[in-house]
Amino acid sequence: MSGKDEVLNLFKLLDEAGELELEDVTIEAEELAIEFLPVMMQALVKAAPEAAVALKKVVELKAEKFEPPVFKYPGSIAEVQIGATRAEGGTRGKVVKIGGDTCPPFYRFESPPKNRPVVALDVFDQPVVPLAGPVKNAYKDVLNDPAEWAKKAIQVYGADLISLHMVSTDPTIKDTPVQEAAKAVERVLQAVDVPIIVGGSGNPQKDLQLFQYVGEMTAGERLVFASATIDMNLEEVAKIMKKTGHNVIALAFLDINQAKELSRKLMDGGVPRDHLILDPTTGALGYGIEYSFSVMERIRLAGLMGDEAFQVPISCAATNAWAAREAWMKVDEWGPREYRGPLWEATTAIVGLMAGANLFMMMHPLAAKIVKGLVELLSKPKLDVKLEEVNYRDWVKMRV
Amino acid sequence: MPKILRPLDVYKVLPQTNCGACGESTCMAFAAKVADGVADLKLCKPLFEDPKYKDKLKVALEVARPPVKDVVIGVPPSQVVVGGKRVMFRHELTFHNPTAIAIDVTDELDEQSLVKRAKAIESFVFERIGQQLKLNLIALRCVSDVPEKFAKAADLLAKNVSLPLILCSYSPDAMEEALTVVGNKRPLIYAATKENWKEMLELADKYKCPIAISSPGDVNMLKSLASTFMGAGVEDIILDPGTFVKGDSLAETISTFAMLRRAAIEREDKAVGFPLMAVPAVVWMEEGDEVDKKMKESYIASILMTRFADLMVMHSLDFWTLMPVLVWRQNIYTDPRVPPSVKPGVYEIGKPTDVSPVFITGNFALTYFLVKGDLENSKIDAYLVVTDSEGISVESSVAGKRLTAEKFAEAIKTSGLDRKLKKKVLVIPGRAAKFSGELEELLPGWKVLVGPRDSSDIPAYVEKVLKREMESA
Repeated sequence: MSGKDEVLNLFKLLDEAGELELEDVTIEAEELAIEFLPVMMQALVKAAPEAAVALKKVVELKAEKFEPPVFKYPGSIAEVQIGATRAEGGTRGKVVKIGGDTCPPFYRFESPPKNRPVVALDVFDQPVVPLAGPVKNAYKDVLNDPAEWAKKAIQVYGADLISLHMVSTDPTIKDTPVQEAAKAVERVLQAVDVPIIVGGSGNPQKDLQLFQYVGEMTAGERLVFASATIDMNLEEVAKIMKKTGHNVIALAFLDINQAKELSRKLMDGGVPRDHLILDPTTGALGYGIEYSFSVMERIRLAGLMGDEAFQVPISCAATNAWAAREAWMKVDEWGPREYRGPLWEATTAIVGLMAGANLFMMMHPLAAKIVKGLVELLSKPKLDVKLEEVNYRDWVKMRV
Repeated sequence: MPKILRPLDVYKVLPQTNCGACGESTCMAFAAKVADGVADLKLCKPLFEDPKYKDKLKVALEVARPPVKDVVIGVPPSQVVVGGKRVMFRHELTFHNPTAIAIDVTDELDEQSLVKRAKAIESFVFERIGQQLKLNLIALRCVSDVPEKFAKAADLLAKNVSLPLILCSYSPDAMEEALTVVGNKRPLIYAATKENWKEMLELADKYKCPIAISSPGDVNMLKSLASTFMGAGVEDIILDPGTFVKGDSLAETISTFAMLRRAAIEREDKAVGFPLMAVPAVVWMEEGDEVDKKMKESYIASILMTRFADLMVMHSLDFWTLMPVLVWRQNIYTDPRVPPSVKPGVYEIGKPTDVSPVFITGNFALTYFLVKGDLENSKIDAYLVVTDSEGISVESSVAGKRLTAEKFAEAIKTSGLDRKLKKKVLVIPGRAAKFSGELEELLPGWKVLVGPRDSSDIPAYVEKVLKREMESA
């Protein structure tokens, strides 16, 4: 019998006898008594009234009121405007605003979303990147012309904006000089009246040149430049953005500390908080997406809790979903690729959406349509459908 | 703040005899595992079985009870545990008890079709990274309104498959009829409502089965019913706040799930501290295109799983609609602190010799399994050098500079292959193509080839390119 059982018995005996005399008993239980006594007393007291476990006859409903757990957040997310109209010094017919969040994503019991998350469709300046079959099919008539490609993405596929990736500037691919590559930006800006995101090749030196040249060329348009990375000259990037008034996406590699460092350095360099977007890297569904999800959640929560470095919108490159073989590979038992692929990309985006992403870069028209339709429904300031008018319970008896 | 259990909290309520019955050498070690959510308190046999710990057990159960209670559906070996959540965010603590997925069947199906569909649900499997992703329960819906028919279908299911059941009917008569047949298998009773709760509560108690409380669109009633049931001593409860998907009502559903979970965890509102149930299958009540409905059902399931659903009822049994849901479930329930990775080093494919080619890749577990499988499919003898990419995929780690030409060169140098091989041919991933020039400089005497971008192309690559290259090397 262990020490505390003896103590337990002792208390039981005491309880019954009221008084007890101990002889020839050594209890080395000073420490035990201090540590376990309250727990045991509680146990003894609690045990008493619930002797028989049987259903108590209940005839009355215990009416309770649910208190929604509404929090007060010391911080909120900056609202970033992408694109500028003529009146604002640009040439865009439409502008989009993202961010402005005041609570976690879609916690409507706290507040409805301020701005609807937006969907950008990807356009490449040269058809050099291998595209998955279902994606290629959607754009096969426009692959050689970024302006036509952009037009199709907006007019036919309904994207909110364009993310134009200047892959040809990559020194390991074509090394197109930035002056020449910039022509594609000009042509796309003429082809569509929505704002655009100008993406580089990922080469830190070349991208800086691209940002410099295209930034000056389009000053006042309030475009987005992607992406500022940790190996770039961030002071220079900040200087360009400050001077030209563009927005910039900071790309961190699944690392919240790196994201913070990037944000700090760009803001210190003069990028206003409402001109900065964070991209913590999106892993494809099944290929590391959970890291993206958790980093995004942490960034958004930290921003709401007051960390200024994280009070910026989040960007999610759902296009990366196509790196997953589940999205594109022909495997008969996995089902039709024309649905499976878009659903894979849409799910990748939706996971980002639930973590707080405000801007999506996407590829497949159907995936983009699903996500855009969804964010439109979820972001309404006031809902139309009345819950009591939906016969939810009928699901048990539905005939399907 | 979420109530995270500390090892000492658990230790205090254990027998502290270090008896070893749980498989751990000390009570403290066991306490640490319970606190971490990887061991069940029930493994402490003395605590549960020895009458002298009766009082202690009561306290222990109270201490170990997570803010969202865990509820068991079914009986071993195929029982399912749902809920048991302590946190809202996986970066706080690994999520346990993956969202259980039920697929529906109806009591109007003829015997053969019913058994066929049930067996298809039970045998559904998607193998991925050494895991079998499966479905967990069968939801039998009483469409006929005939208690005998409902009971007969339940009986047929119980006899033909071992997956736990959810019995779906708002009629206490039909429920009791079915429970008389399968009540000993601990099915989930769906559902008690504000109209039928008294009868359903009695059934839950009589048959000792877990029960779902359904109060669509009315959280006050949901909480009132749960509180009433708790007061009556029935605590194996699952909450169904209603899955509304029509038009913009989905926004309300998503918000309600978050609201209930936060109240349970952050406010310790005990009356809503139970697993949440979602029914993505409701999309099938809508009009419209079948493919659209399948997609919608799939992404609504992914959304509500992200928003804390512990149990879901779905209808579509198509592989392509379930794949994203099952994979996202696999992802979100991993330990956030450890990327799924394999040990860097040299792995042998087949029986490689001193004239075999060397493939190199990162150490993300999925990358490794895919590349290994595709190399084996090529029927080639080769070395596979796994480099430390910090558990991240090749594409991402190249972009994030966690994989570099230097790192590849270093891995080759430390592998010992440099001395061992007569033919030195290195195949790098297509997604790391830009390293090839630098690698040739860093590895004098090696021929560096750029392999396919996706490892599934390895067999074709071996056949069309590598064999020729090996001959000329």
